[in-house]
Amino acid sequence: MENDLILRMEHIHKTFPGVKALDDVEFSLKAGEIHALLGENGAGKSTLIKVLTGVETKDSGTIVMDGREISPKSPIDAQNAGISTVYQEVNLCPDLSIAENIFIGREPRKRGAIDWKSVNEKSRELLKEFDLYLNVEESLDNYSVAVQQMIAIARAVDVKAKVLILDEPTSSLSTQEVEKLFDIMRMLRERGMGIIFVTHFLDQVYQVSDSITILRNGSFVGTYAADKLPMLDLVGKMIGKDFESLEAIPKLSGEKKDAEELLAIKDGATNEISDVNVSIAKGEVTGFSGLLGSGRSEIARLIFGADKKTSGTTFIDGKEAEIGNPLDAIKRGIAFCPEDRKKDGIIGDMSIRENIAIALQSKRGLLHKVSRKEADKIAQELIDELAIKTPSADQKIKNLSGGNQQKVLLARWLATDPRLLILDEPTRGIDIGAKAEIQKIVVELAGRGMSCIFISSELEEMERCCTRMFVLRDKKIVGELSGDEISQASIMKRIAGENKA
Amino acid sequence: MKKFTKTMEFKPLCILIAIILVCGIISGGDFFKVTIVDGHFYGRLIDILRNGSRYAILAAGMTMALGTGGTDISVGSIMAISGAIACSIVDERILGGLHGNVALAVILALCAGALCGAWNGFMIAKLKVQPMVATMILLTAGRGIAQLIADGKIVTITSEGYYSISGGYLLGFPIPMFIATGVVILFLILTKGTAFGMQVEAIGVNQNSSRLAGIRVERNLWIIYILCGITAALAGIIESAGIKGADCNNCGLMIEMDGILAVAIGGTSLAGGRFSIISSVIGALIVQTISTTIYAFGVAPELTRVAKAIIVIIVCLIQSQAFMNKIKAVGIRRSGKEAQAA
Amino acid sequence: MKKQVRLKIENISLVIACVLFVLMFGAGAIHYDHFGSLSTFLNLFNDNAYLIVVATGITFVLLTGGIDISVSSVVAFTCVLSAYLLQLGWSAAVVICIVLVIGLLNGFLIGYCVQELKIQPFIITLASQFLLRGMCAVVSTVSIPIENNFYKAAALNKIAFKIGRTNAKLYLYVFLALAVVCVAFYVLNFTRFGRTVYAIGSNELSAGYMGLNVKWVKIGVYMISSFCAALGGVIFSFYTLAGYSLQNMGMELDAISSAVIGGTLLTGGVGNVLGSVVGVLIQGVIQTIVTYQNLNAWWTRVTIAALLCLFIVLQRIISIRADKRKGGH
Repeated sequence: MENDLILRMEHIHKTFPGVKALDDVEFSLKAGEIHALLGENGAGKSTLIKVLTGVETKDSGTIVMDGREISPKSPIDAQNAGISTVYQEVNLCPDLSIAENIFIGREPRKRGAIDWKSVNEKSRELLKEFDLYLNVEESLDNYSVAVQQMIAIARAVDVKAKVLILDEPTSSLSTQEVEKLFDIMRMLRERGMGIIFVTHFLDQVYQVSDSITILRNGSFVGTYAADKLPMLDLVGKMIGKDFESLEAIPKLSGEKKDAEELLAIKDGATNEISDVNVSIAKGEVTGFSGLLGSGRSEIARLIFGADKKTSGTTFIDGKEAEIGNPLDAIKRGIAFCPEDRKKDGIIGDMSIRENIAIALQSKRGLLHKVSRKEADKIAQELIDELAIKTPSADQKIKNLSGGNQQKVLLARWLATDPRLLILDEPTRGIDIGAKAEIQKIVVELAGRGMSCIFISSELEEMERCCTRMFVLRDKKIVGELSGDEISQASIMKRIAGENKA
Repeated sequence: MKKFTKTMEFKPLCILIAIILVCGIISGGDFFKVTIVDGHFYGRLIDILRNGSRYAILAAGMTMALGTGGTDISVGSIMAISGAIACSIVDERILGGLHGNVALAVILALCAGALCGAWNGFMIAKLKVQPMVATMILLTAGRGIAQLIADGKIVTITSEGYYSISGGYLLGFPIPMFIATGVVILFLILTKGTAFGMQVEAIGVNQNSSRLAGIRVERNLWIIYILCGITAALAGIIESAGIKGADCNNCGLMIEMDGILAVAIGGTSLAGGRFSIISSVIGALIVQTISTTIYAFGVAPELTRVAKAIIVIIVCLIQSQAFMNKIKAVGIRRSGKEAQAA
Repeated sequence: MKKQVRLKIENISLVIACVLFVLMFGAGAIHYDHFGSLSTFLNLFNDNAYLIVVATGITFVLLTGGIDISVSSVVAFTCVLSAYLLQLGWSAAVVICIVLVIGLLNGFLIGYCVQELKIQPFIITLASQFLLRGMCAVVSTVSIPIENNFYKAAALNKIAFKIGRTNAKLYLYVFLALAVVCVAFYVLNFTRFGRTVYAIGSNELSAGYMGLNVKWVKIGVYMISSFCAALGGVIFSFYTLAGYSLQNMGMELDAISSAVIGGTLLTGGVGNVLGSVVGVLIQGVIQTIVTYQNLNAWWTRVTIAALLCLFIVLQRIISIRADKRKGGH
């Protein structure tokens, strides 16, 4: 059995400042096997992948590939060792042609010059295996993300890889596209390639995987054969003993039947999405669920004025309200924690105090400065209330852990005393303890009469927090659920498009 | 409250004092000599204050541009434009109807500076062109425009009122010093008295986040580049008053480097973020002290430019995290080897 | 259906540039006597050979999304140092080798600072610009004439044409410039190095993930840019037979605007060297017209800056619309 082992990682440790990202993790992969790597956000999956592909270097531990010890220091090293990766966000060059994206860095040459004819021919042949018939000379950004993903896989496969890593490959694909991807994965398995499949869609794991390795909070939980591990056990192992702490959050008692409407969008559209009709009730937690790229964040950005509205009307308290930019929204009591905390949320080099005071300052206007004393007071109160772990409010926000950064962002918006709080993936990439706390805060705030919009990929937390829900697919609202109708199964069904709502 | 030694101003102030002390000791005390003639103060230190005020005014505007992570390399050309306009009006070459009114000339020159700044602001805030490229357009075109205003000639003027902007005295001190002080106070009120300073910093650290936190990024960038234009115009007026005319080819030539240098020495990161106007003003005085000293010691003035370039490179290296990490790595390796040897 | 947006930016720009060139040249030919001749056309190359070389070099840097504003000082320093060394009686071959090596070294240091020390390209090249300009003055503040025989020969040797009654000539150094363009075209289109340049400009992170050698290619483009600037300086010293510390002030803008007018995106990834050559020719025509019209020479600068501005705005508009159509982030 051990003979066909192609990759073995043992005792891998990796520490980032303040975080133990990987703690004595092991992982092994056989030839001709699809091996799912699972864990909650922040469990260490992506760090393990980065260590394997040379993007990060491990602190200690061994990686043995084909009986030889390797320690890749860059993606080139990893590729030369036979490890190819397709990342979640397609990592190709949009300005180059398809053929070039497949062959760049290893183009066939004739007398020293790149032989473009053979580059194009070879890529056509290669794509034929994937059932793709494209004009390979056209530039890549003319094609959809799904096609780009296939091309990335084609490239990865063609570099004579023995190990193929697919990091969240399905998150922006439609059902049919996912099927096609799985066919390709099975075909590659037949050829004896070892595939590491990172995903958070559990059904998909069971569709294609042979074995499963689970990580939790940076530690190794175990490796199991897929057919011997029921889904319920799988979830239990992923969430671990903290399962109970999540369970302890009181579920909001159903839909508030008499709730008044706080905000409504009629026929709203931006460059990203169109035909948006939603209504948010006072004191409710409204969920937007759907896959990544399904349009859930786009609606949130539309409501907040983060993306420019091209048509449609916003009503607040039944009256028409013009929201052309975030500041308008803030003045009307809307708050927004964006999906990408690092890029759009925190202002890394500034102190916690400033990060908290900044939105309140915008709301008041340039000339009415929030005094140092007042900022100190507000910051301290919110730090205490949300239990933000920091030595002082003077600390730069970038030095905090993910969960605490998220809480500071929450504090930023609570300081403005909003009527509607929009949270886009507030629990992504933070540890389970902080996750539970944030969920609890959301539920409490709603209890106090604040409206919330909650967006998350994790259906289980959506089910727990939301009292009403819009389900999205392909940038369209495909269903509306409320109260007891909300269950993981019913959401899944609508996301998958089995049930017309 | 923060201790003074922990503030941004502390380090540059120490450097300034050290440089002045060293110069003073080398020159055998000549450097510190301040005499009173006709009720005016004279001496090296006074010269530094007079000539340094130009840099201080420029640095105040430049600090804000760099604070947002941008830059403005067109300041030298804007100086040439404002100098050309002011001198041409005073000399009644253009707008003869004003009869060479100095006050109106200055105001119109400042307006021209604001207009140039607004153009930069339009390119940067509205069209989202990289600040460096956007201001590069005016850097080249601006000097040409100045030439066209002055009709390709060096405009010399004979207006005592205009001269006094640079050469005059008030309470025994040179007037430019008061202008610079006034500008700095206005900028301090703007950045500390309102939330503008904090917003500029936030934009410099993370523009996306700032916008989503309700900061009007576009409007603030407009304001900053217009302020940059006005400060440059003011510096141009002082310079042209100093040489009693407008020399479009040389007015403010390559002064953008001095501005950036002053801000960088003051400790503001060239990548944007935390900034201090006072630090930059101290930086400007350091730059001026170096220039004055190099002249005073009879070193060829050409070398000033080389020296400044080297200082900028050193400051860049010190600000570069990657460079410091490399130095540390070398240090650790060496101490590791020593430990092994022992 | 999604259209060929990116390709279009490059093509639209290049087509506009070519049309603009023909229009301007045509307008000149109609308006002025003796303008519409082969001689005027070839003189565009004679007078701008050095700029063609410099613009070709800087195109590499712009394609990676970087910028190099030290080129004008490299040209000036090359001229002044060559003139100074030749005056001391050094041989032409040695002098040319020395200045080219200095160019390479300057480029390497800039590239190293940008890539390894993460200093913004514009700051470090601005510092380099100052340093070299200052060094010019250190070598000599007055203009030094070049009397070396090889330089004189290089300056004067030409191929003369006689078509009908008009005489036209092409200096030999123009062929050197055109050779540089051909080599650059080959490198960008037919070597892995060249393709990596485009990949970095298109998406640097991806280029790294695809296993391309980002580090050395990025240092390499600054070396090419600086080397070409030094070579341009050598050609410029053939052209002027003198070295002066203040010559070519602001020429980096000419080089950058040539590339931009020729279709190179300042954000990188799109463009080619042939476009840059067209850009240089357009500037040459503007200069010729300004001379014919007997205008203040500063009009050339103002017009070029206006043209650059126009093309930058055009690029922005096209790319903003492309983003909208794509509907991506």
